[in-house]
Amino acid sequence: MERIRHVAACLLTALAVAGMPLSGAWATTADHSKFEALKGPFTSGPEVTKACLSCHTEASDQVMHSLHWTWDFNNEKTGERLGKARTFNSFCGTPLSNEPRCTSCHVGYGWTDVREKPPSQKEAVDCLVCHDTTKAYSKFPTDAGHPLYAPRMVKGKEVLPPDLAKVAQHVGKTSRDNCGACHFNGGGGDGVKHGDLDSSLSKPAKALDVHMSADGANMTCASCHTFNEHQPAGSRYVTKATDPHGLDMPKDDKDHATCQSCHSDTPHKQAKLNDHTDRVACQTCHIPEFARGGVATKTLWDWSTAGRTDENGKPIFIKGEHGHLKYSAEKGDFEYGENVRPVYKWFNGVMPQQVVGEKVEAVNGHVDLNPPLGDGRDPNARIWPFKEMHGKQPYDPVNKMLIVNHVFGKDDTALWTNFDPAKAFKAGMEYAGLPYSGKFEFVSTNYYWPITHMVAPKSDTVKCGECHAKDGRLDGIGGIYMPGRDGFWLLDILGYLALAGALGGVLVHGALRIIMNRKA
Amino acid sequence: MSINKREVMIYSRYERFWHWSQAALIFTLFFTGLRIHGTHEILKFGQAVTIHTYAAYALLVLWAFTTFWHFTTGQWRQYLFKKGIMKVIRFYAYGILKGEPHPYKKSLQRKQNALQSLAYMTFMVIIGPALWISGIFYLLYNEWDQFAWAGDGIWAVALVHTAAAFAMGTFVIIHIYMTTTGKTPLHYVKTMITGYDKVELSEVEEAYLTQTKAVDIR
Repeated sequence: MERIRHVAACLLTALAVAGMPLSGAWATTADHSKFEALKGPFTSGPEVTKACLSCHTEASDQVMHSLHWTWDFNNEKTGERLGKARTFNSFCGTPLSNEPRCTSCHVGYGWTDVREKPPSQKEAVDCLVCHDTTKAYSKFPTDAGHPLYAPRMVKGKEVLPPDLAKVAQHVGKTSRDNCGACHFNGGGGDGVKHGDLDSSLSKPAKALDVHMSADGANMTCASCHTFNEHQPAGSRYVTKATDPHGLDMPKDDKDHATCQSCHSDTPHKQAKLNDHTDRVACQTCHIPEFARGGVATKTLWDWSTAGRTDENGKPIFIKGEHGHLKYSAEKGDFEYGENVRPVYKWFNGVMPQQVVGEKVEAVNGHVDLNPPLGDGRDPNARIWPFKEMHGKQPYDPVNKMLIVNHVFGKDDTALWTNFDPAKAFKAGMEYAGLPYSGKFEFVSTNYYWPITHMVAPKSDTVKCGECHAKDGRLDGIGGIYMPGRDGFWLLDILGYLALAGALGGVLVHGALRIIMNRKA
Repeated sequence: MSINKREVMIYSRYERFWHWSQAALIFTLFFTGLRIHGTHEILKFGQAVTIHTYAAYALLVLWAFTTFWHFTTGQWRQYLFKKGIMKVIRFYAYGILKGEPHPYKKSLQRKQNALQSLAYMTFMVIIGPALWISGIFYLLYNEWDQFAWAGDGIWAVALVHTAAAFAMGTFVIIHIYMTTTGKTPLHYVKTMITGYDKVELSEVEEAYLTQTKAVDIR
């Protein structure tokens, strides 16, 4: 039965992949350029959405129930209420008090205060950011989700607004670029956040990603992150660290955001390799390094040095190799990495997040913002690869709280305008409605990103000996026996002594025989 | 009754085939096993595992056939406990250095001395089974990994397998050295290759073997 299931799923996958044309354009029965409602002209995003809704009557309602819209998520496993506006990360920390900048990645228009719910009008949903196929549409970085509606000067260059009618007439299925517009650029730039998601996945070589490469399966994000009624599958908040359900059949499983969905839990021809799947996540062997596409990912963000100005009172910016900012008066010190080897940890899918306003004791000046849980005894845990992002973030030692940092805005407190951390922290905490002692220090933070994209070709997988070795990749992973890494020190001593003793013994014996025979 | 020393085929073709292929497989398994254990890095880990696994399958098949052979030919009796083990030990510890003759006379029914029998018996009843039983558990890990005790079980399997492997290695070193203690250093090895050795035959035995050709005599 399992076998039939396997064959059926393989066929389905093959059909699905074969059905994806290279251009990303799907054969469809509707030509959006012929719709009266999309003739335009449109003066704003919401006007386009209104036109979309005239046919897609339920679309806004569906989107408004999704995490992309609510930024509000109840984690039933930890009891935490999460979402972008509620959790700390080790980049800018939180969107709170920085909205028009951060909410430029909200799937809507005009969310200017994340302390409140997003706007409630159906037209506030942004259909185009996900469904534009022309690449002409983009949300302007500082306009709370709106695109440009008129030409604007940006750093001395004039930027033109998109032709909304043209974009509206060319909508279609989502592509890697649609998702990437936000997910490649999280943390304020290309590849900054995840390490395994950056613009190199727009047109990746097969060596970078076998699934998304045109020479590979040419899959889009939504091939795995299936959307059912606009609800995306696969989230960091509740990672499926393991998928005992295995192969997905269309009738009962519409969520393909695990490797096992298509590959099953026993995908290898060699039985010994399949022996690993009960303890090791697929990603651990199949993604040897992340940030492999030529885009560096940020590995350290040290806020403690932010705000430095030169003798003329001008903010200091220092570029390092590859043209990345090494130091920025706005943001502090940075480090980047390319072709980064992940760190490995047991992970059962649960990562308690550091929530804004939550009290936290810094241990030796350190806070783990989202420690992955699980150990070798946990049947739901697998050894997973992570990007370990290092931070140094403001912390109120009196109230024992991470500080909301007001970085963005043309006011007299925002850090990026005034370069005065004390003012920015006070304003941020006030905005968030949190107690603030006025005292701040900087704690080191770790933030963990499960690595799951940039799956390498078979020939580039992690080799057995890289983990089955004394100082290998999985050094320090407890709770399992690994040949080549583990042993019993006493048995080893006794064993080698026995071998050496036997060898020495026979040599002495042989020598004696020769000597004694000569005498005789 | 007169006794003649004759060149008799004491190791039949199958017995020699079994011995030498077992030797090759054990060398392969020990060498790759030490790689997997982390003792050396002459091979890649994955290669070592593949070779180790196939050699293990081959040895299991060989042992299955050989167990069958031992019982159908009655040769298993050669391994039974014999008296006079202290004499043999004393000989190897002392007498051999003084040039004393071996206290045991080889015969068709007694191809092994008392010490040999005990060593081979240990090999076949303790070291061998410890290796293949733990090895099969190792190979079939996927069939029992769902049990709660699997995590501890694999440690136990590894402990037994490693300990038995060290014992096997020790056995092999001494075994090889012992082959040099014949009339000439290569005498025993030659015997194991050709199958023939000088054995004392009684007139009756000689007549019987010549008549029936049950065993080759030169």
